[in-house]
Formats: sequence, structure tokens, C-alpha cells
Amino acid sequence: MVLDSKIPSGAIETAWDRHRFSMKLVNPANRRKYTVIVVGSGLAGAAAAATLGEQGYNVLCYCFQDTPRRAHSIAAQGGINAAKNYQNDGDSIYRLFYDTVKGGDFRAREGNVYRLSQLSVNIIDQAVAQGVPFAREYGGLLANRSFGGAQVSRTFYARGQTGQQLLIGAYQALSRQIAAGRVKMFARTEMLDVVLVNGRAQGIVVRDLESGAISTAAADAVCLATGGYSNAFFLSTNAMGCNVTATWRAHRKGALFANPCFTQIHPTCIPASGAYQSKLTLMSESLRNDGRVWVPKNPADCAKSPKDIPEEDRDYYLERKYPSFGNLSPRDIASRAAKQVCDDGRGVGPAVEGARRGVYLDFADAIRRLGQKAISERYGNLFEMYERITGENPYETPMRMYPAPHYTMGGLWVDYNLESTIPGLFVAGEANFSDHGANRLGASALMQGLADGYFVLPFTLANYLAGVKAGAVTTSHPAFNDAATEVKASVQTLLSIKGSRTVDSFHRELGTLLWERCGMARNRAGLEDAIAKIPKIREEFWANVNVPGSGAELNQSLERAGRVADLLEFGELMCRDALAREESCGGHFREEHQDDGEAKRNDAEYSYAAAWEYAGAGKAPTLHKEPLTFNYVKPVTRSYK
Amino acid sequence: MKIVLNIWRQSTRSAKGAFERHELADVTEHMSFLEMLDVLNERLTAQGKEPVAFDHDCREGICGACGFMIDGQAHGPAVRTTVCQLHMRSFKDGDELCLEPFRAAAFPVVRDLMVDRSAFDRIVQAGGFISVNTGSAPEANSTPVGKDAADKAFDAAACIGCGACVASCPNASAMLFTSAKASHLGLLPHGLPERHDRAVRMVSQMDAEGFGHCSQHTECEAVCPKGIKVENIARLNRDYLFASLFHSPREGEADGGG
Ligand SMILES: Cc1cc2nc3c(=O)[nH]c(=O)nc-3n(C[C@H](O)[C@H](O)[C@H](O)COP(=O)(O)OP(=O)(O)OC[C@H]3O[C@@H](n4cnc5c(N)ncnc54)[C@H](O)[C@@H]3O)c2cc1C
Ligand code: FES
Repeated sequence: MVLDSKIPSGAIETAWDRHRFSMKLVNPANRRKYTVIVVGSGLAGAAAAATLGEQGYNVLCYCFQDTPRRAHSIAAQGGINAAKNYQNDGDSIYRLFYDTVKGGDFRAREGNVYRLSQLSVNIIDQAVAQGVPFAREYGGLLANRSFGGAQVSRTFYARGQTGQQLLIGAYQALSRQIAAGRVKMFARTEMLDVVLVNGRAQGIVVRDLESGAISTAAADAVCLATGGYSNAFFLSTNAMGCNVTATWRAHRKGALFANPCFTQIHPTCIPASGAYQSKLTLMSESLRNDGRVWVPKNPADCAKSPKDIPEEDRDYYLERKYPSFGNLSPRDIASRAAKQVCDDGRGVGPAVEGARRGVYLDFADAIRRLGQKAISERYGNLFEMYERITGENPYETPMRMYPAPHYTMGGLWVDYNLESTIPGLFVAGEANFSDHGANRLGASALMQGLADGYFVLPFTLANYLAGVKAGAVTTSHPAFNDAATEVKASVQTLLSIKGSRTVDSFHRELGTLLWERCGMARNRAGLEDAIAKIPKIREEFWANVNVPGSGAELNQSLERAGRVADLLEFGELMCRDALAREESCGGHFREEHQDDGEAKRNDAEYSYAAAWEYAGAGKAPTLHKEPLTFNYVKPVTRSYK
Repeated sequence: MKIVLNIWRQSTRSAKGAFERHELADVTEHMSFLEMLDVLNERLTAQGKEPVAFDHDCREGICGACGFMIDGQAHGPAVRTTVCQLHMRSFKDGDELCLEPFRAAAFPVVRDLMVDRSAFDRIVQAGGFISVNTGSAPEANSTPVGKDAADKAFDAAACIGCGACVASCPNASAMLFTSAKASHLGLLPHGLPERHDRAVRMVSQMDAEGFGHCSQHTECEAVCPKGIKVENIARLNRDYLFASLFHSPREGEADGGG
């Protein structure tokens, strides 16, 4: 299979403009005859559904929460990047493009990233016009901050609630289209399959989560904006409902899955406090601007109170190993360093299942230097949140932090038009693989979701629709009944096993294995071990899971069971991808490929996007490679020493 | 520690509900309230019983999915804390707690502790937006917004739509929710042109959904996990009054542009 990225040739600066001009338009009078399904109401989905509605298409939008306003995007804290250069500090579209390609460790497409950087400025205009209350200066203009080690201040933010405010903006735009009758919203409804007719995506199978009814819907095109798969690790910073089902089911129907092993681990999350832990809470990266990271030099000190460990017995390991970036070292580097010291037996905090997994983030120096008031102005709400969760007061005792899965760069393979390898199936936001390569920069996911939803899909989808006949396929086509029958059968199977283990126990088992074998550091033996074990867990799941209740009612265990069943297949693909990539890049660190602890990329052999094709249950998937070329940003080694 | 829970169980919207008693002997203070319910649910499942249904997603106090009454208090005893952020250190060994869904005519019970809050969505659909199509926005810094207005708008925009205000109001009024949205948008220059129209439309929808009237008990402000203030209600009342006296309503349904 040849993977055609459809990146326009010629100068990158004018590529998107030229591409837009070359695309076909749909006559305004004909638009309402076209139906588009948008699965997901996060930033990407809500923005796409609202905009397509405004343009006059007939949109059906789905989410599994009780209302579109609660999509996981709501939890983003830090901010959103845009190349506005309001601070006059040398930022530009080109610089944002350069930083994103480099930050992605040269595993993203230049063409996509350039377009993303261009569109970033329109997002801010749009959001402000919708009433998104970004932070402002006293003069009434928008404020910015620098984020995640960037040398320019290009991050727009809304206190610690940027995702919430942006999502509410998109939700309001969506609500307006719902009121206008152009978007029909289906909340508490989960998509369980895509329906293909003659190889094209023409609809979906859904389950009404309250009544349990399984039905189908037909459309002229389908867009998945269903978010990321960090919950493969069981414990992550993602909302509890995040899952891989929509993209995985599309994968099984023929959509290629790209770079599944590229996952981002965030260095500053509150460590697990016990075996009952259900999720992990992210603490903003901004804390590292003033906090110093350390662990005891001597493992024997780990159980002591930090107060009793004198300065000379502390190892400020980030400052020691990376003198120029120190506590502000990039996410992947800071995360791995924390793992290393804990693996050495120098982790702190209470032991959970036999191991202390935590490092101190200490504000004592900053408080001494700037005063408690200044620190509380900067981080007051974060400190409060920390205390609420841990019961410890960070003004008096250092915070404890540990890395946690946070974001997934991998996703369904899409071309420049955000179309997957299934014609008519588009993928937007975190669900696709497009723009972040092997590592995402802070404040760039919100940007990508909104760029895809507001400014890319509405054009590229129209171009697709212009080439197909409106309403050509309805749910009376036998493919719909077949797909629904298959979904019903698999739901029935889950319910009929009535074994002795809970769904969560399988999810935890898979998550722990992935975290150990395919988490912050990976190696051949570990990955091979995981690839051997996951099918066994899967087998036991299908023989011994206990899903109480029936399918004809609201059944949260059943919802989770379906998602875990998919994660059990997907987890194996993650490991296979990690095994096949014999290099270290971005969030993917192969222990065999390092120079004294530093990631060693292999551009000669691995400068490609790995796109996997499903080969059938229990069969090894097929790898396809989309070579990456760099005409503008010359690949260099990331060095933060 | 030991905790006894009396939990409302109701299998469907129309089924009759009843309290069910559960004892948990091994709760730790570091658990969140919802993690305690997870532990209970794992146990119920292992015993072949149906777990307790409750809404939740982010577990970080921001999505607004979670929420039920603990001993008659929405989200439980901790101030400005959603139930997903409530930790068991707020309770003591031997406590017996009563868990009930939010009660309001406009919030029908879906199952156990879950309610249907889609009425909130319909209030927003009635006018809780600024009519601006994608692509038609002017340069963001072309309209400066005074810091005071920006901050006040933000305070109102912090609402997470959990419904605790409704559940705590003796009249089951949705005025705090509705006024927070109306204030957020009305305080910003971008939302000014539709301010009065918005007030009328949102309040009419609120009434149509069967929410009660506000008689200024201010219980809503006390329980709001995000500290939304009742001054928003006064602002909405003023806008509504002004609109009913001087404003000619826009003809027909809100149009969706484009
Ligand atoms: C704690 C946290 C903080 C973050 N902070 C930042 C930040 O500061 N800046 C930044 O840029 N990024 C941040 N991110 C990342 C960013 O929030 C996400 O990548 C982004 O919001 C994803 O948006 P999305 O629209 O792609 O998907 P989501 O917001 O995850 O939405 C997915 C949607 O799909 C629906 N869905 C999924 N599966 C199905 C199905 N089978 N059927 C029906 N519906 C389905 C869901 O209901 C939901 O509506 C953060 C992430 C986390 C976890
Ligand atoms: S679960 Fe999101 S606010 Fe409680």
C-alpha cells in the first residue's frame, strides 16, 4: 500500500492556500442534502460539528458523556499556543513551525505542522469573538506566557482552565447550531463500529447508553474526533471515560493506525496513594519554574521526613545532569530521570505495592527568595488542589511528584486532508497522528484540535462531499444490519461470560504491564514479554470476565468492558510498534539506543511514520511506512545538557 | 476506617427507588469519595450484584459530571469541592452517610445517583452563545477588554454545569446556572449586542424546563464548587427587566448563521 500524504508540492508558506483553492466547493443550496457524522464533542469534534452546521450541512454529533460540554478537553489547564507575536519577542509562524517539528523529534510531517502554525492565529481570534475569557493585561489586551521551555511567550491561557474555556466556547457554537436545527446531538451515545459500503465510510453503529438500544445511522462522510488512548495504561491523567474504541474499531475495518507507541508521559503528576487509585492528577508544568526537583542521595534516607534530610544529602538530579535547562528540562527527559532515581531505590513518599515512586518538588528556596505571598499568587490554586488530594501543605513540605501517561501522539493515519485510509472517514484532534511526531509540545494539543475542527475539516470534508452523491446510502443497505448484528453479538458475549473477574481487574493488569514494558523506557526483552502476555490476558478476559446486569439498561460495567476489550487488542499493537522502532525518539525511549542516557535517534533508518494495517484477529499486523522528508528544518539532535 | 453508606438505588427513570445499606470496613483517608465507591462496586460485582451507577469523568473537579447529595449536601461537606475531589479524610471512622441523587423536577433520575441534566443544555441552546460564525472573527486584540470586566466574566464562566445549585435550592431554581452564563457573555463587549435578547430567551427556556423561581435563599452560592456568586442573578434580573420593558425581541428562532 502506498501512503499518499497529499502534501501540496511547492513552497510550504503558500501550500495551504493553494490547496484550499484547488479543492472543490459544495453549492450552498445543496449542503443541507449532505449528512456528516461527527463522533466526539471535544475541541476537535465540537468545533467541526459547529462549523459544518454553520456552513449548512446536516450534522449528527455523538458523545458518550451526558452532555457535549464534558468532553475530556475540558480538563486542559495550561494554555494554547499561537504565533501572534503579541509580545514582540521574535515569534512568528515559522518559529512555531520550527519549534513543533523539532519538539516532535523530527517524526512529524512538515506540511501539516506549517499549516497548524498558520491557523493558530485564527483560533485565538475565533475564540475571543465567542467570548472565551483569556487572561488579559491591564490595558485590556491579551496576555501571554511562556510554556514548556519555549523561548518566546506565545501561550494564551485562561487561569488554569484553558481547556474548559475553549471547550465551552466550542460548545456554545455547537449549541447555537443545535438550536438552529443543523446539528442533531446524541449525548450518552457510544459509537461501536463504522459501517462501510463499497469501501467507503457511510455510517456508524451506536449504543444508547441509557436504554441499551443498538442502532445505526447513515451519512455521506464520517469524522472521528474521539480523543487519545492514554487510558491503555489504566492510570493516566485522562478522564475516566477516555478510550480507544472508536479508532480501534475503524482500524479493524481497514483504517491504518500510525505510531501507536508514541505516548507522552507528563513529569509532574501526583503519585498514586494506594492500590485503589483510579486516576492520576496532573499538576501544571509551570510549577517547575520555581520548584526544585530532588531525591535523597542515600536510599536509606527515603523513609525520613524531607525536613530531616540536610542539603548536602539531597540530589538535585535535574540540575546536576542538565545544568543548562535544570528543572525546566523537557517532559520526556524529566520523566525518565524521575523513573531512574526511583528505580535506583531513591524514590520518596509512601510505598505503594512495595515501591516508593515519587520525587520532591520543593518550593522552599523560592519561598525564601520571593516570599510566600508571591508564590501563592503564582500557584495558590495548584497548591490548594495538591493539599486537597494529598492532605499535605506544599508551603511547608515539598510536593511529591511522579510521571504519568498524559497524551498520545499516535492515532489513525490521515493524509493532509485528515482523511484516513478508508475513503470518507476523517479523523481530527488527538485521535489522529498528524502533527506532533514523537513528542508534543505543551499547549499544542488544544491548538491542533481546534485547527482541525474549525479550519481544516470544514474545507477538506466539503471537497470530499463535492465528489459524492448526497444521501446515496441509507440504513436500509444490508451493511448496516450486518454491522449492528455483529455489535449486538459481541455485547451479548460480554454479558454471557459471567466469570469471576471484574472488568477493572483486567484493565489494571493490562495497564500495569504496558506501563512497565512500554512506558517511559522500553527494551526488546520487555516488549517481547508483553507481546507474549497480552494475548493471554485477552484470552482470560473473554473466558472469565464478569459483566453484571443486562444490555437493555444503563450498564456502566458493560461500557467499560467493551472499551477494555479493545484496549486489550490495542495494547499489543503499541508494543509491536515500539519493538519495531529500533531507535529512541521523543517519548519513545529504547534502552538499547542511547548515548549515556540520552536518546539516540536513527534518521537513516527510521525517519518514517509507522502505519499498521489490521490483518485479522490474532494475526500479526502489517507495517507500512510513510517516509518523512525535511526540506525546511534540518534534523538535529535534541540536546538539553 | 469504617464507613456505612445508605445509597439510593433506582434501576430506571420510572422504577421505584429505595435506600440500600452497605458497610465498608477498610476505607483509607487518602481515598477519594468516588474511589471508595469504586471499591464498593468492585465488591458488589464480585458478589454477582449490580454496581452503583454514578456520573463521573475527569475526577479533577472540572467537567461537572459528578455530583450527588451526601447527607443532604450537594457534593458533600467540603466547601468549593466537587465530590470527585472530596477525600475520605473529611470523614471519620464509623460515619454513616446517606447518598442520594440530585432532586429536582427538571433533573429526572436516570439510575441510582445519576440524573438527567440535559435541561441545562437546552437553556444554553436558547441563547447562551455569541452569534459568530467560524472565520468571521476580527483580530483578537482589536477589542480591548478592561481587566475588571474580563475578571468578572471569567468568574462567571467558571461554572461547570454540575447542577448542585439546582439540587440545593428549595425551589429547584436554575437561576445561578443561567445567570452565570448570561453574565459571562453579557459582561464582555463581544457579547453585548445580544445581551438583552439572551436574557429573555434563556429565562424563558429555564421556565419551560420546569425549574422553580429564585426567592433568594442563596443556598446555591454556598454549595457551588466553583464559587459562582449570586450577584450574577441580580445582573440577569436587571437585564431581563430592561429587556421586557424596552427591548423588542428578535423575530423567530435564533438563527444559526451561515
Ligand atoms: C490533564 C490534562 C491537561 C492538559 N493540558 C493541556 C494544555 O494545557 N494544553 C494543550 O494544548 N493540551 C493539553 N492537554 C491535551 C488536550 O487536552 C487534549 O489532547 C485535547 O483536548 C483532545 O481533544 P479532542 O477533541 O481530540 O478529544 P477529547 O476532548 O478527548 O474528546 C473526545 C470526544 O469523543 C467522544 N468519544 C470518544 N469515544 C467515543 C465513542 N466511542 N462514541 C461516542 N463518542 C466518543 C467523547 O465523548 C468526547 O466528546 C491536556 C490533557 C490532560 C489530560
Ligand atoms: S468527575 Fe469531573 S467534576 Fe467531578
